Amino acid sequence: MTAATPAMTIDQLKDAAKAIRRLIIKITTEAGSGHPSSSLSAVEVVTALYFGGFMRHSKANPRDPKRDRFILSKGHAVPVLYSALCHAGYYTFEEIMTLRKLGSPFEGHPNMKRLDTMEASTGSLGQGLSLGLGQALACRLDGLDAHTYVMMGDGEMGEGQVWEAIAAAAKYKTGNLTAIVDQNGYQQTGSTHQVLDLTPFAPKFEAFGWHTQTINGNSQEEVVAALTAARKITDRPTAIISQTKKGFGILPVLETTGDLNYHGKPLSKELAEKALALLA
Amino acid sequence: MIFTMAGTTPTSNANIGALSGLKLGKATRDAFGTALKDLGAEFPNVVTVDGDVGNSTRTEVFAKAFPERGFNVGIAESNMVGVAGGLAAAGKIPVVSSFAVFLLANAYDQIRMSVAYPGMNVKLVGSHAGISIGEDGASQMAIEDFAVAAALPGMTVICPADANSTKAAVRAMIEHKGPVYMRCGRIEVPEIYPADTKFEIGKANQVRDGKDLTIIATGLMVGIAIDAATLLAKDGITARVIDMHTIKPLDEAAIIKAATETGRIVVAEEHLMAGGLGSAVASVVVKNKPVPMEFVNVGDTYAESGDPAGLLQKYGLTAEAVVAAAKKVRSR
Ligand SMILES: Cc1ncc(C[n+]2csc(CCOP(=O)(O)OP(=O)(O)O)c2C)c(N)n1
Ligand SMILES: [Mg+2]
Repeated sequence: MTAATPAMTIDQLKDAAKAIRRLIIKITTEAGSGHPSSSLSAVEVVTALYFGGFMRHSKANPRDPKRDRFILSKGHAVPVLYSALCHAGYYTFEEIMTLRKLGSPFEGHPNMKRLDTMEASTGSLGQGLSLGLGQALACRLDGLDAHTYVMMGDGEMGEGQVWEAIAAAAKYKTGNLTAIVDQNGYQQTGSTHQVLDLTPFAPKFEAFGWHTQTINGNSQEEVVAALTAARKITDRPTAIISQTKKGFGILPVLETTGDLNYHGKPLSKELAEKALALLA
Repeated sequence: MIFTMAGTTPTSNANIGALSGLKLGKATRDAFGTALKDLGAEFPNVVTVDGDVGNSTRTEVFAKAFPERGFNVGIAESNMVGVAGGLAAAGKIPVVSSFAVFLLANAYDQIRMSVAYPGMNVKLVGSHAGISIGEDGASQMAIEDFAVAAALPGMTVICPADANSTKAAVRAMIEHKGPVYMRCGRIEVPEIYPADTKFEIGKANQVRDGKDLTIIATGLMVGIAIDAATLLAKDGITARVIDMHTIKPLDEAAIIKAATETGRIVVAEEHLMAGGLGSAVASVVVKNKPVPMEFVNVGDTYAESGDPAGLLQKYGLTAEAVVAAAKKVRSR
């Protein structure tokens, strides 16, 4: 059985999160494009999944049917995933520094045909939860004790397909499925409150029959506790409403730009240096 | 996994047109946003419907000038197109925009049922079309948009080649009654037309004359086709270049004339082979005046992340590729 890497302590997780944030900054600034702020809000959750003893996954056999799955439905945030996998030893720093360059399998959005660690090819928002439900149903049919995690953006929740998947997952009582909403308060053209306000999320999931938890998703302690609790719910799907800050970890740097969304643009070399200093 | 880069130097624009002395101009999406705003007062029924990417498609230029006429429904393309169908049914002229791939692929049933089938006066504008969008990769690249849009009965499909013709195309699209799909691109393209150029839907423009073959191109490939004609001229081959800015309805007369007068045709487009301009031109040629043809396009594959110039090179959308196709079609 593919095992999770031994769970790190909270302090170790915090160090790993910092290292992952540094990687996100470095690879997106080197690429000259990409979505660092969308990646940074999700760091605590991704770090906990891969280093907190949750994801049973192995480098030797990334497609092991018994593995746990993590689908990054908000695929534009894939630098967080490449960086976590690099920190876990799947890829070298030099490899992920090819992000978005011609020929590199570390594409701007996850491509499961080129990287066997990617569980879905995403980039068109709204599709990951359906794919996760499919994986969860298949694992249950095959009698596998495998869990599927899907992370979505709060702007992404505007897609109707997400709510179709929420309804269907409730119908099939997929206790082996956890949805994480990275509620960072922003989408591409502004705050979610201005563009399309779907808050509060928890009552909506609950009305469909899901178990929910609402947490500070940039608190490593709260993330670990929520993922632990989610694993214990087996009679229905669970949602973690992960309230985060877009660009968490380098907010003082983003403040100097006057743009706290900072959507879809890399830091300049100068800003990246300031950000890396903050994360030293 | 071991992966190392084979030393590439990314460049953001492909220097299209430089060979032919053309000046680099604005991206067609930029021209679209400005043109739409400029028409806002003259056409009070024009409204925009966006799916959280108005700052990419440039409809935000219009929406900032006319805030009460710009609707942003969030990341929800199916709803976006449905709302446009309703607005049109009530007499508005909705201009709906997103990345071309999200607009057409995500909302295809709504485009079919709420726009095309009832013949609604909805203008669908897809930005970020083609592989030249670059680093975001295949998930964001529309390379099948002509095929799926043109497949719908009653849909007009246009793809202007430069900023000035885009400006004229926006007016033509608004004045046209009925559904229109317009493709725009992300990167800067050369200036091909003067500022006061007109755009007549369904009427192709000959942008270079020649007698040895005709290159029929659309969008970004028009500048590349002009470069190919410049290169061919050095070998004593004169190529006619036609900007087929309207994919549907196709200018059959211009195609038949080209086949008759030049006897050879190359079709160049930033699109798949299947269902693109090439197939459309071929069916006109086969029916009316069969002549040898070659095709320059993305073929039958998804592209990937990379710099626009490198991608155009890798996927064979260059002046050199058009020249090779021209020589091949002449040798047949
Ligand atoms: C179907 C679809 N529509 C539009 C886009 C363009 N897009 C990319 S990221 C983004 C905003 C996403 O916001 P959110 O889900 O809140 O993620 P965040 O970046 O805030 O983490 C948009 C509109 C897309 N990728 N897919
Ligand atoms: Mg968000």
